Amino acid sequence: MKSLGSIRRSFSPWTDPTSKPFISFRNVTKRFGDFVAVDDLSLDIYTREFHALLGASGCGKSTLLRMLAGFEQPTSGEIVLDGQNLAGIPPYRRPVNMMFQSYALFPHMTVEANIAFGLKQDGMPKPAIAERVTQMLKLVKMEQFAKRKPHQLSGGQRQRVALARSLAKQPKVLLLDEPLGALDKKLREETQFELMDLQQDLGLTFVVVTHDQEEAMTMADRIAVMAHGKVIQVATPAEIYEAPNSRFVADFIGDVNIFDGTVSRAQASEIRIEADAGFAIEAASSEHPSEGAKAGFAIRPEKIRVGRQVPAGGPVNAAEGELWDIAYLGDMTVYHVKLNSGKVVKASSLNAVRAVEDPLGYDQKVWISFDRDAGVVLKD
Amino acid sequence: MNRWSRFNIASIVIGFAFLYLPIVLLVIFSFNASKLVTVWAGFSTQWYGQLFRNEALMDAAWVTVRVGLLSATIATVLGTLAALAMTRYQRFHGRVLFSGMIYAPLVMPEVITGLSMLLLFVAIGFDRGFWTLTIAHITFTMCFVAVVIQSRLASFDRSIEEAALDLGATPTATFFQVTLPVIAPAVFSGWVLAFTLSLDDLVISSFTSGPGATTLPMKIYSQVRLGVTPEINAACTILIGIVATGVVIASLVSRRQQIQRERDERAAFAAG
Amino acid sequence: MMNRLFPAIVNRLVIIIPYAWLLVFFLIPFVIVLRISLSETAVAMPPYLPVFAWADGISGFIDNVRTFSFDNYVWLTEDALYTNAYISSLTIALISTALTLLIAYPVAYSMAKAPTTLRPTLLMLVILPFWTSFLIRVYAWIAILKPEGLLNQLLLSTGLISEPLIILNTNTAIYIGIVYSYLPFMVLPLYSALEKMDHSLTEAAQDLGCTPISAFWRITFPLSLPGVVAGCLLVFIPAVGEFVIPDLLGGSETLMIGKTLWNEFNANRDWPVSSAVAALLLMILVVPIMFFQNAQSRLDREGR
Repeated sequence: MKSLGSIRRSFSPWTDPTSKPFISFRNVTKRFGDFVAVDDLSLDIYTREFHALLGASGCGKSTLLRMLAGFEQPTSGEIVLDGQNLAGIPPYRRPVNMMFQSYALFPHMTVEANIAFGLKQDGMPKPAIAERVTQMLKLVKMEQFAKRKPHQLSGGQRQRVALARSLAKQPKVLLLDEPLGALDKKLREETQFELMDLQQDLGLTFVVVTHDQEEAMTMADRIAVMAHGKVIQVATPAEIYEAPNSRFVADFIGDVNIFDGTVSRAQASEIRIEADAGFAIEAASSEHPSEGAKAGFAIRPEKIRVGRQVPAGGPVNAAEGELWDIAYLGDMTVYHVKLNSGKVVKASSLNAVRAVEDPLGYDQKVWISFDRDAGVVLKD
Repeated sequence: MNRWSRFNIASIVIGFAFLYLPIVLLVIFSFNASKLVTVWAGFSTQWYGQLFRNEALMDAAWVTVRVGLLSATIATVLGTLAALAMTRYQRFHGRVLFSGMIYAPLVMPEVITGLSMLLLFVAIGFDRGFWTLTIAHITFTMCFVAVVIQSRLASFDRSIEEAALDLGATPTATFFQVTLPVIAPAVFSGWVLAFTLSLDDLVISSFTSGPGATTLPMKIYSQVRLGVTPEINAACTILIGIVATGVVIASLVSRRQQIQRERDERAAFAAG
Repeated sequence: MMNRLFPAIVNRLVIIIPYAWLLVFFLIPFVIVLRISLSETAVAMPPYLPVFAWADGISGFIDNVRTFSFDNYVWLTEDALYTNAYISSLTIALISTALTLLIAYPVAYSMAKAPTTLRPTLLMLVILPFWTSFLIRVYAWIAILKPEGLLNQLLLSTGLISEPLIILNTNTAIYIGIVYSYLPFMVLPLYSALEKMDHSLTEAAQDLGCTPISAFWRITFPLSLPGVVAGCLLVFIPAVGEFVIPDLLGGSETLMIGKTLWNEFNANRDWPVSSAVAALLLMILVVPIMFFQNAQSRLDREGR
């Protein structure tokens, strides 16, 4: 775990123009009848990357994974793995293995036999199989369950067996379809870290499909946010959260307030937006909408301050309202502030001190304010 | 409302008494010393002895068993294929007709099925006997097999097949190493069903068999028409005994497995 | 999905083998029945004219078609024996189906309410008679229903009646036989419909002011209708063509079409007429059979 952080920070092959992607989806489209599941999608995934495909159900993420595994053929476009075009290669000849959402353990075989299944298909000699199975059981800490059948295992144990089975053949890429979806919350959090360690130790490329943003944020090096068969943004978790490229991504990941307005001044590094909510926003921006254009300003709740005093900057990056709702969550408190214009803004603050003198109460007049680089300008 | 009321218990007792009393009486009177089937004259097993000396009846029993074993086995293969075709192939030419031909024999009056098959055998000049009997039995029992297996396949988790393919098993290996073992209990009960249906059949057999291929039900029927005899009671008792023992053992075993399985699952859950 | 992974020939064989078998041994025989029902009787072997002559080709086929005659059907409608047999078969089947439903419903309902530990045993007990020979089960009733049979002995000894009841060889015996033989076919679909029903529905109905009885009629019964329909069809359709029961339990004056067909075929050796009888019976049953298939495939889809 300790080394993990430093390795992760330095791991960014996608920023290096000389590095070659390990998996490439090139203009892949998949239609089921009239329904377009994957729409002209291109995506590169690098060796040893932990890549998450994140999206709501029906966004095409599972179809993408199934095309990589070989269970579906693209309608058009191509998928290249390690320089090899995968077109026409059946699933049983692809150097990828998958961990299924339902785990798909063979109910009539023991844990051992499940793990050995793929090795037997390859015609590996018996002693070598036995050795590998033992190694795998050890890896997932399931040695004492070798002779059990799947129905004699708990959900967490089944998940481990499924993982061991998919890793037994030492695939170039491991595909994980909602790998933790069937586990309860506590077990899920533990397992997330175990999966990350495992991926680091084995040096494998992981592609994981999930609808759980927290899971994706925790585990992945990069996240591809998908909707309607397209990739909306591919970036690191931090970039996705702090610099979403669209309203969709800003809204999909975490909580966000979006102030709509009109651009009144657009300079090289600063933009002023007259927000419909009745105050002016001055923000640093890499986007450069023209003056008079409609734009939005997205800001996370924890980057908004709430207080009784009028902030120094006056009516720029600040607005007056009243406290509408207060939710005390222990580690932090969430405020819903109803601005004078009627717009409700969500703000949160950490409860760093145990006892606050004179805390904010319901229906009080308050001011919200934020810094000029606290949010992102989104072009419409 | 959710309690088991007196009305519920009475319904079940009366219903099951109605189902079982005639069979129980038949069994009891097979041990009657008197030739009169309805007057009890003491316990005797003489009719069983007489039964085993009745060569015509023994021959018929042998034919019945041979036809049953052969037809049930072929019907199971065909029925499994039909069930696969129905569940795995959502669209093919003539699917409606195909499903019609699977379901229709389940309810089709036997006189119609029997007559039409006989006419086919005559039309193509096939001599009636053991083989026509077997073909006829295959045809109507395979549909029952197909329905039994189809209901198992409907709840089959296809992802285990994908997992097998993903782990490098060819489609053929997947079928024989994963699909078939998992549906094996359904295939087996399909076979048993086909075998007992074949064992029991009278009407279709009467139409489609020929000289030298008289089955036990045909023999029993021709004697029953002449009146009730303790010997026939004895033959029926043996048949009932065989089938009942088999079914009871099979269901006890599967019930035991079920209980064991539930216990395992609870234990695994408790262990976390 | 995975079907595409198999070579096309394997995929086709999975369908073609059972399909071909059923075509040849189930469907084509019906065509032959239709064909023979349109020919004339002959004193020969086989006892009908004209026989198929594949060698004649198309022109032969057309000649063949010219010889079609509807005489057998005309004969069926003219002879009151057949008309009466059809009508009485349908009536007997209808009454027996209703009686079976009446008896099976409380049994299935009570089974569905039984403690969960008891249900598998009860279910097995319902299925068990189905595995024992149909013929034997019908035969068992002869000894019970005879004038000097067990039922009369019991009733006479208790003094309920002074004269033996004549039940065997009457329609009553047929009703008893059909209800008895087909009871499991009715109980099973009813049970499976009632068993998966959510108990809280009737509780909700009662909470909203229904009495238990009106809750049954307004909630439980309507929701069990798919089971009722399936069960009734499973009993009605084969009962119309029933042969063994009327033959063994019914009297000489009992007319049922299955028995008529059997006699026409085995005693009179009139194949064209018996084919016409079968063809007409099939035409009468086509609608309920299709209804049954629809219900069945709907259940299959829901099961998925």
